[in-house]
Amino acid sequence: MEAFTVMTAVAAPMLRDNIDTDIIIPSREMKTVSKTGLSAGLFAGWRYTAIGGREPNIEFVLNQSAYAGTRILLGGSNFGCGSSREHAVWALHEYGIRAVLAPSFSPIFHGNCIRNGIVPVTLAAADIAAIAAYVTEAPQDHCVTVDLQNCEVTAGAQLRYSFSLEGEAREMLLEGLDGIDLTLKHRAAIQQFIDQDRRARPWIYQGA
Amino acid sequence: MSARTLFDKLWDAHVVRDLGGGVALIAIDRIFLHERTGSVALKSLRDSGRTLLDPSRVFCTMDHIVDTLPGRGDSTLMPGGTQFILETREAAREAGIRLFDVRDPLQGIVHVISPELGIVLPGATVVCPDSHTCTQGALGAFAWGIGSTEAEHALATGTLRMSRPRTLRVNFEGVLPPGVTAKDMALALISEHGSVGGNGYAVEFAGSAVRALEIEARLTLCNLATEFSAVTGFIAPDEKTFEYLKGRDCAPLGAMWDQALQQWRELRSDEGAQFDREITLNVGELAPMVTWGTSPQQAMPVTGRVPDAGVAGSSAEAHARALGYMGLETGQALAELPIGAAFLGSCTNSRISDLRRAAAILRGRRVADGVRAICVPGSMSVKRQAEAEGLDVVFRDAGFEWREAGCSMCFFAGGESFGHRERVISSTNRNFESRQGPETRTHIASPEVVAASAVTGRITDPRSLVAIHGLAGNNLAGGPR
Repeated sequence: MEAFTVMTAVAAPMLRDNIDTDIIIPSREMKTVSKTGLSAGLFAGWRYTAIGGREPNIEFVLNQSAYAGTRILLGGSNFGCGSSREHAVWALHEYGIRAVLAPSFSPIFHGNCIRNGIVPVTLAAADIAAIAAYVTEAPQDHCVTVDLQNCEVTAGAQLRYSFSLEGEAREMLLEGLDGIDLTLKHRAAIQQFIDQDRRARPWIYQGA
Repeated sequence: MSARTLFDKLWDAHVVRDLGGGVALIAIDRIFLHERTGSVALKSLRDSGRTLLDPSRVFCTMDHIVDTLPGRGDSTLMPGGTQFILETREAAREAGIRLFDVRDPLQGIVHVISPELGIVLPGATVVCPDSHTCTQGALGAFAWGIGSTEAEHALATGTLRMSRPRTLRVNFEGVLPPGVTAKDMALALISEHGSVGGNGYAVEFAGSAVRALEIEARLTLCNLATEFSAVTGFIAPDEKTFEYLKGRDCAPLGAMWDQALQQWRELRSDEGAQFDREITLNVGELAPMVTWGTSPQQAMPVTGRVPDAGVAGSSAEAHARALGYMGLETGQALAELPIGAAFLGSCTNSRISDLRRAAAILRGRRVADGVRAICVPGSMSVKRQAEAEGLDVVFRDAGFEWREAGCSMCFFAGGESFGHRERVISSTNRNFESRQGPETRTHIASPEVVAASAVTGRITDPRSLVAIHGLAGNNLAGGPR
């Protein structure tokens, strides 16, 4: 996984609450057993004029030239709710999104972001609205900076907010770490746990 | 030792190692996969050259893509769907895990078959790349939904790296009125406290009204914890839980059962245990609930009128958008709204007790002209049990389609959906925009409301159609074995 430290980029406002993973990538757009080839289906229901079609809906923010090169999304509360499909995060990443700012995230989507190098930044709705207002004035010039090293979001000279990431999420993102590699270093401890647990709770291990 | 919550006990028993910073390596007892998100995890694991730590504790079903049409096979209307089915079958075979395949007599929706077969057990950790995995917490398990990468991690290491969630206890007190169900309890909670009300919490459902629920109703209650943005929901196991599990395919037997029972009886929050937060709701005055908007929090009693933005707890903009999408106006009565379709199924409400309650309303009645009505049993075992009881005849005679088991039209499973802007009364869990079809207008409700509405062709309070005595589902023992 690629590391994330600091990024300054175009940010697109999508300030609607409850943007669910079905909106981020509809089921019908997940056509192969793969983590790739998904960005064309990103926000398909909003992005194209017809279901299954590819004609851009010019009303949709990411289709507007002012928002070309967007790498940051500004979202509403409960972002990424609904289905656990990681395809939503894979599609965002493949499209180029590296950070999502929202007042709250679905826990599963939040975890999926961390595993794929997308920074989920939790900020108050009013702060995100202020950033969105600033961005909207001139999207290509009014970029937003997400600084994971200092856990800070800045936009222009006036807007500066700090955020936090629980547990080891920040370190995983900063270092671009693979969780499985890290955990496999504890192989002996895992085996020891299982050996003891097998005696304490044999029914868990009796097979099916 | 100081008083501990049930969650503390579940967590502590699975800590392999404290990784610092509030993160622990948590042992995973059961992994369940399905053909939509599980296949990619198995494939990615194989491509990385890693292997499964313990295939005997990994299970897979076909539910998210497979058709539910009678006589179904590997082909499906879902674009690319057959490839998912074939690749899942191959990956499961290679990995050596138990697959409940398309034609397996035990096939069904993951959160229906796992309890049904005793795969989930009290005190166990259960993960699945599916957001409604919290359903299985109803048996006193720590069960939660994850992504595919997390699933791959669990498959390879038998563990997950987790930050410890905060604890919330929701106490439902009082006696549910007849015709009011666990579904209504969950929708009442979410409408009162919001769809992010449980964000970041491990939620224990407790109180006299929860104790009174049968296991299948508890599964319905815990199912909706994810719509509350909770990490998981669960209920302390009790004698009903043990009675439900005894003799199921994968439950322990003999001396091992006795040993398990001894431990399972300790799985409850101690007197005086501290929760980060507590909420209490009285259920005595609850009515059947129906959603009016596009989030589960936009729910109200079926007897009510669409609230204005101030009451509903959504922003004015979100409120207006939901009204526009649903084709409603503030102050409009929900009951009497004409429907185009009725759907009974999903991991929320597709178990035998759900079907029995719906059938009790449908018996001797007919689905209204112009309404498409569909019943999808949650598992093939539920389907066989229903057929043994003659419920299939009740559904068919009433004019319902009688399907094979799967997720079906809860979303786009099987590649099927409802019509453009069609109004659907649905026993499912999500009323999101276009969830059940292009701009389809979904109203979530209990099986009773679905059945009653199918008959009248309008959203209907089931209590207005039949005198409901002892139909509440909280007094029907159940479950096929």
